Amino acid sequence: MANINKTVSRRNFLKGGLGGATAIAAGTFGAPTIVGAADDTIRVGHVTPRSGFLGTLGDYGFRGVNLAVEELNAAGGILGREVDLFSEDSVGSAVAPTKAQKLIEKRKVHFLIGEISSGSGGGIMATANRLKTMYMQTGCNSDALRGEKCNPYSFHIEAGNTMYTKTIGNWQNRAGNVKGKKFYMLTADYAFGHDLAKVSTRFLTENGGTVMANELVATNTPDYSPYILKIKAANPDFVYINLAGADQTTFLKQYKEYGLDFAVSGGVMDTAGFWAAGIESITGYWQSLWYHGMDTPSSKAFAEAFTEKYKKPPENQAWGDYIGVKIMAAAMEEAKSTDPAKLIPLLESGMQFDILKPRKGYFRKWDHSLLQQMFVVKVKDKADMKDEWDIFEIVEASPGDSENLELIQPTQAENMCVFG
Amino acid sequence: MLLLVEQILNGLLVGTYYTLLALGLSIIFSLGGVVNLAHGAFYAVGAYCIVMLTESLGFVGAFITTPILVGLLGIFVERFFIRRLYSKDPILTLLFTFGLAMSVEQSLRLIFGASGIPFSIPTFLSGQLVIGDFLYSYYRLSILAVTVFSIGGLWLLFNKTSFGLVMRAGVADAEMVQAMGISIKPILSAVFAIGVGLAAVAGSMSASLTGVQPAMGNDILTAAFVICVLGGLGSFWGVVFAGLLVGVIKGVTALYIPPAAEGSIYALMVLVLVFRPRGMFGTRFERLD
Repeated sequence: MANINKTVSRRNFLKGGLGGATAIAAGTFGAPTIVGAADDTIRVGHVTPRSGFLGTLGDYGFRGVNLAVEELNAAGGILGREVDLFSEDSVGSAVAPTKAQKLIEKRKVHFLIGEISSGSGGGIMATANRLKTMYMQTGCNSDALRGEKCNPYSFHIEAGNTMYTKTIGNWQNRAGNVKGKKFYMLTADYAFGHDLAKVSTRFLTENGGTVMANELVATNTPDYSPYILKIKAANPDFVYINLAGADQTTFLKQYKEYGLDFAVSGGVMDTAGFWAAGIESITGYWQSLWYHGMDTPSSKAFAEAFTEKYKKPPENQAWGDYIGVKIMAAAMEEAKSTDPAKLIPLLESGMQFDILKPRKGYFRKWDHSLLQQMFVVKVKDKADMKDEWDIFEIVEASPGDSENLELIQPTQAENMCVFG
Repeated sequence: MLLLVEQILNGLLVGTYYTLLALGLSIIFSLGGVVNLAHGAFYAVGAYCIVMLTESLGFVGAFITTPILVGLLGIFVERFFIRRLYSKDPILTLLFTFGLAMSVEQSLRLIFGASGIPFSIPTFLSGQLVIGDFLYSYYRLSILAVTVFSIGGLWLLFNKTSFGLVMRAGVADAEMVQAMGISIKPILSAVFAIGVGLAAVAGSMSASLTGVQPAMGNDILTAAFVICVLGGLGSFWGVVFAGLLVGVIKGVTALYIPPAAEGSIYALMVLVLVFRPRGMFGTRFERLD
């Protein structure tokens, strides 16, 4: 009787064991034929809109992430493994979550990165949280994503609307351009625009300004003349635009066409939209997340590498997608792991990163917002432009060199986030 | 009250721009029987053409050359592709033009990049006209002039030339025209060329008002279709009227309910189609052979 145990031969044991392991692995991955090969590479899942009014910005993001992956692979990859990039067009908020899910479940990406539309970003964040995959959000401005919709798997490299507003707002306030002034707002009629209008209105009214009107304008509006005529009738001190992507270009060109002399300011500025409008159509002081003319060594290296590869300088969106990949690479090397259970606490511990700005950046623990400088920029005179893309000069960094990086961030009172 | 009058007058002015957008599409459909989903693509090509040519030919030179170049492109497309599909299921021309639209957009993206190219109103057309309390831009007035000229030119072509006579006969009864020994083929090519040429004119006038980027055609394609449907497929003056109406409706809606301004034309279209499916001035539907 005791001999029965010995009849389980080693061959059968190995067969059974291997078969069992395969079955378990197949069950985990859901793809029985790819066991083993899945662990050889680091897979990056990039989502961004490649069509519609955000398509131009998405194209910059796509190029930025490609350059980052190329540079990483040239230097030996991450953790000695080659980096594979899978990029999807997120199209819009209805499609984005399914693309994110596809990247996680079918492509088995180690993390997601990208997106520009706050509507799409919210859906991707929810998907990433549900499927326990980290997501570096590089383009969505809505504060709600860092506040009431926050989750522990999502990290925010793009600045939120409060940061954009406080950067330009603090500067304009010091210049005496808020108190007692009247603002006429044009707002993109979707998540981002509504959020920005709310944040901007709060800042302006808290500092003594008046918001005369807030017009909600559909995205992709081809003709702004009705609104420009309303602005003329309202006679404000400032026109304040909360428009996104190509709509910035369309409005600025048509505003110039009508020759009204009210100054233009706004809660957001995309360099690509301003390039497309042309130097004749743009004026004034604006806030910028980054600028390709930045004079720090790592920033110049990135701008030069990008320009050499793509024959044009990088836009802020390219910067965000580029450093998002680089941040994850640095974190993975530091943690010697791709496991979110190790990476998330590491990022929350305040690990510092070279974000191509004068000061290093690190993530805030309670809402995963990147603590970073932004910049006040001024539109250059046409005569001072070095080339067709040299439209800004950097006036100042905000926060300054010795100020607290939290200065431009929303407080817990302003934008509470609890990682449930 | 003044604001309302201002929006109505501005709406009429902007309406001529919408008419210009839709005219080419309407002509190709009414006279050629082709639903040209590549209308937006030719519009975009027109915009890129004027941007590229203005440097060497000046704005006026580029403006005259662009529709000619795009018209030639249209003849090429019609002669070698669309002509093969006339006798087949109408869905095929639809599919072809759809595919053409995508190919053109991606080609523009490959050649020029996805970013918008800056282009400003030429200096001699810039500036504003102030009449009392009303503000107009000279550039929009020049669009009005271009549209009026285009409509006038087309009317003369269709009604006062032998070409126009043959074309109207061909639309009424193609077989009879051919039975009389007149070839209908060059007429169809010409119709297509004129239609895409008009799309290019609309595009070249738009280059100063919106961003010039590869996907710019998609933004106006739906509006152009709505205007054609509103005016009535097969009606020349219907398109003119519908364009003006769209301009006014958008302006007035923007005055009172801004978020609904863009959607208002679709609501209008639904309303018109429910009560008058052929559009406001359309002829009763006949089978397209």
